[in-house]
Amino acid sequence: MLDDRHGDSFVAFEHVQKSYDGQTLVVKDLNLSIGKGEFLTMLGPSGSGKTTCLMMLAGFETATHGEIRLGGRPINQVPPHKRGIGMVFQNYALFPHMTVGENLSFPLEVRGMSKADRETRIARALDMVQMGKFANRRPAQLSGGQQQRIALARALVFDPELVLMDEPLGALDKQLREHMQFEIKHLHERLGITVVYVTHDQGEALTMSDRVAVFNDGRIQQLAAPADLYERPENSFVAQFIGENNKLPGTIEELSGDKALVRLKTGELIDATPVNIKEKGQQTLVSIRPERVEFKPEMMPPGAHMIGAEVCDVIYMGDILRARLKVAGSADFVMKMRNTIGQTRLEPGQQIRIGWHPADARALDPV
Amino acid sequence: MANALDPHAAIATTAGGVTDGALRTADGRPLVRALARSQSLARRRAFLLVLPLLAFILITFVVPIGQMLQRSFYNDGFSAHMPQLSQWFADNPRGTEPDEAAWTALATDLKASAEARTIGVVGTRINYDVPGTRSLFTSTGRQVRRGLEPPYQAALLDINEDWADPRLWSAMRDASSPVTGNFYLAAVDRKRGDDGSISQVEERQQVYVMLFMRTFWLSLVITFVTFVLGFPIAHLLATLPMRKSNLLMILVLLPFWTSLLVRTTSWMVLLQQQGVINDILVWLGVIGGGQRLQMIYNQTGTIIAMTHILLPFMILPLYSVMRTINPSYVRAARSLGATSWTAFRRVYFPQTLPGLGAGALLVFILAVGYYITPALVGGSSGQLISNMIAMHMTDTLNWSMAAALAALLLAAVLLLYWVYDRMVGIDNLKLG
Repeated sequence: MLDDRHGDSFVAFEHVQKSYDGQTLVVKDLNLSIGKGEFLTMLGPSGSGKTTCLMMLAGFETATHGEIRLGGRPINQVPPHKRGIGMVFQNYALFPHMTVGENLSFPLEVRGMSKADRETRIARALDMVQMGKFANRRPAQLSGGQQQRIALARALVFDPELVLMDEPLGALDKQLREHMQFEIKHLHERLGITVVYVTHDQGEALTMSDRVAVFNDGRIQQLAAPADLYERPENSFVAQFIGENNKLPGTIEELSGDKALVRLKTGELIDATPVNIKEKGQQTLVSIRPERVEFKPEMMPPGAHMIGAEVCDVIYMGDILRARLKVAGSADFVMKMRNTIGQTRLEPGQQIRIGWHPADARALDPV
Repeated sequence: MANALDPHAAIATTAGGVTDGALRTADGRPLVRALARSQSLARRRAFLLVLPLLAFILITFVVPIGQMLQRSFYNDGFSAHMPQLSQWFADNPRGTEPDEAAWTALATDLKASAEARTIGVVGTRINYDVPGTRSLFTSTGRQVRRGLEPPYQAALLDINEDWADPRLWSAMRDASSPVTGNFYLAAVDRKRGDDGSISQVEERQQVYVMLFMRTFWLSLVITFVTFVLGFPIAHLLATLPMRKSNLLMILVLLPFWTSLLVRTTSWMVLLQQQGVINDILVWLGVIGGGQRLQMIYNQTGTIIAMTHILLPFMILPLYSVMRTINPSYVRAARSLGATSWTAFRRVYFPQTLPGLGAGALLVFILAVGYYITPALVGGSSGQLISNMIAMHMTDTLNWSMAAALAALLLAAVLLLYWVYDRMVGIDNLKLG
C-alpha cells in the first residue's frame, strides 16, 4: 500500500510547480506518489499550498510546470469532468435546488445511466452513509453532519477510484467531527478507494491517514506514516506543527553515531538523537515531546543527563497534569504527567530535575 | 406521554399549570397575552418609526392614484352641471325621442351652465364621445345667455342644427350618469351603440388594443434582450477580482447617473439616418449611400434605447444573486462528470433564477410604463400605451380616458405579478 515505486503509483506529482501571478511559487517542486488504496493526507497551515495541490489534481487549477499522472496517464490536459475523481468540498457544495436524491442522481445522469441503475446506486450510496430515508429532502433541511454524509455519498455514488476531500469536516463540531473521521476511515477501508485528504487539523491527519504529507511554504516537509511523523519528525517545522513540542536551542558538543550531546545556551548538557546533523559545533534545535519528559530519577535510563528546572504552574486537565517549567532560561517548557494514583503533585516554585530517554530528544536543524 | 411514569409527561403537566391546556406564566396569566404585552411596546415604537413614511406614501401616492383611478369610471362633468336634462334621461328609457320637456331641460341647463361659466366643462365631457361638439356647447351657451324663447326645440335647432344629431343625444345620455364604464370600453376599442349594445369601433379608430399588444410585445422583447446582454455581464461582475469588477460596475451604473434626456439624445446622434452608425456603415461599404438604415423613430429605436436604459435593472439583481453562488457548486458539478455546459445549465443557471425573475419583472414592469424614451425615439411605430396616456393627460385633456388606460395597464401588470407568483413564487424573488 505504501509503495513508492514509480511504476506502481496510482497518483503521481512530478516536479510540479504552481504560480498564480508569475512572481511567486505557491507550490515549489512537488514530488509525490500515492499508492492505490492509500489514504494520504496533505496537512499544513493555510497558504502552504496543500489545497492548490488538490485543485490541480482535481483539474480546477493547471500546473505551471511538471506533470500529474493518474493511473499512469498524464492528466494535465484532461478537463475535470473526464478525470472521474470524486470530490468532497469544504462547504459540501450540495446543489441547493435539488433534493438529496437528485444530487446523487446528477453524476449518474451525466454519465447516461438508466433510471433503474441510478435508483439502485442511489439507494446503495445513501444506505452506505445511513441516510436512506432522506432522498426527498433538500440540502437546506439537513444538519451539517447529514449534509456531510450526503456530500460523501455523492462523491462515491459513481464508484470513482480516487476521492479528494478538501477539509470536509471543518464546519462540524468536535464530537461530530470525530465521529465522521471514523466513518470516513471505515468507508475507505471497506471500499478500497484511494483518498487524498486535505486538512489543517493535525489530529485528523494522524487518526485517519496511512501517510501524511506535511506542507509548508509550498514544499512537502515530511512524508511519513502518522507515528513516524509524531515520533520521528525530520525537521523542526514538522516537530512544531505536529503535536505539542518543547524546543531547546543549543550546539552539538559531541557526536557519536546515533547519539549526540548538546550544550544549551545556559551551559547545561543534554542527550539527543541527531537528525540531519553533520558535524560537531553545529547549531541545533532539540525537540522533546512533553509526555516524554521525566522528573523522577528512577524512570531515567542509566547515565542520562538531567537538568534543573523550576515549576512555574501546574494545570489540572483531567486525564493529565500539565506543568509549565522554566528550563535553560525560558519559561515555555511543558511537561505532561499522567494523572495516576500516587502521582507526585508538583507545586509552583518547586525546584526539580528533569531528563528524558535520548531517543525521545531529537536534535534537528535550527529553523 | 400518556404513560404516567413517563418523566416528560410529568413535566408537561407541571408546565401547563392548569387543566384547560393553555399555557400560563408563573403568576397564572395566559402565556399568549403575556407575550403580546411584553412585545407591544417594541411594536408600537417600530410603528411610530415607519409612520412618517406611511403618511408620505398615503398623501403622495395612494390618494392621488386613487383619485386618478376614480376618474376612469366616475366623471360628473356633464351630470353635475346639467341636472335637469340628466333627470329627464333618468326618467325616460333609452330610445325615447327627445320631447319638448327634454329640450326645455336642455335649454334651462345650458343657460344655467353658461351663466355659471361651466359650459366648457360640459362641452369637454361630450366632446370625448362626439368629437367637435365642445364648440357647439360654448357657442350655444353664449347665445342662450342672451335669452331664449320657447319652444326650445325650434329655438335651439335654430341656433345650430347639430343639436338634432342622435349621436349627440346618445352621448349626453351616457354622460348623464357620473358612473360609467364607457372609458374602459373605449380603452379596449369598444363603444356603446345608440341602443346600448357594445360593438367594436371602426377599424381605423382601433388603436388601444393594438397599442397594448405592442407595449407588451416590445416589453417582452426588451426584457429578453436585457437578459441576453445582462447575464454575461452580471456573471463577469460576480466573478472578476474586486478591483476590476468595481470598475465594470461603474460602467454598468453609468447610464443611471446620466440624464435620461442626454442618454436618449445620444442614441439619436448615433442611430439617425445621417448619424454615426449609418455613416460608418456607408464608409465601410456595408450599405450603399441610398440604403441608410432606419434605426430610430421606429420600434428598433425604442428597443435599442430602452434596452440600454433598463439594462442595469436586469444586471443588478442578477449580480447580487450570482455573487452568493459559491464557485464550488460548479466545481462540484464538473468533478461529478458534467461538461461545463451541463454544469451551467443544471447547476449554475437554476440558482440564478431568483435574480433573473426579479430582473425580468423589474425590467418588464418598467418597460410597460415607459414614456419618455418612446416619445423621443419611437416615431409613430414605436409609441407605447403610456404615450397615449400622456396624450390624453396633456392634449385632449380626457383624464378619464387616461385613467382607464392606466388602470388597465396596472391591472395587466398585477395579473402578471400574480401569474409570476403562482409559477415561480414571489419569495423566490431577489431584488438585491
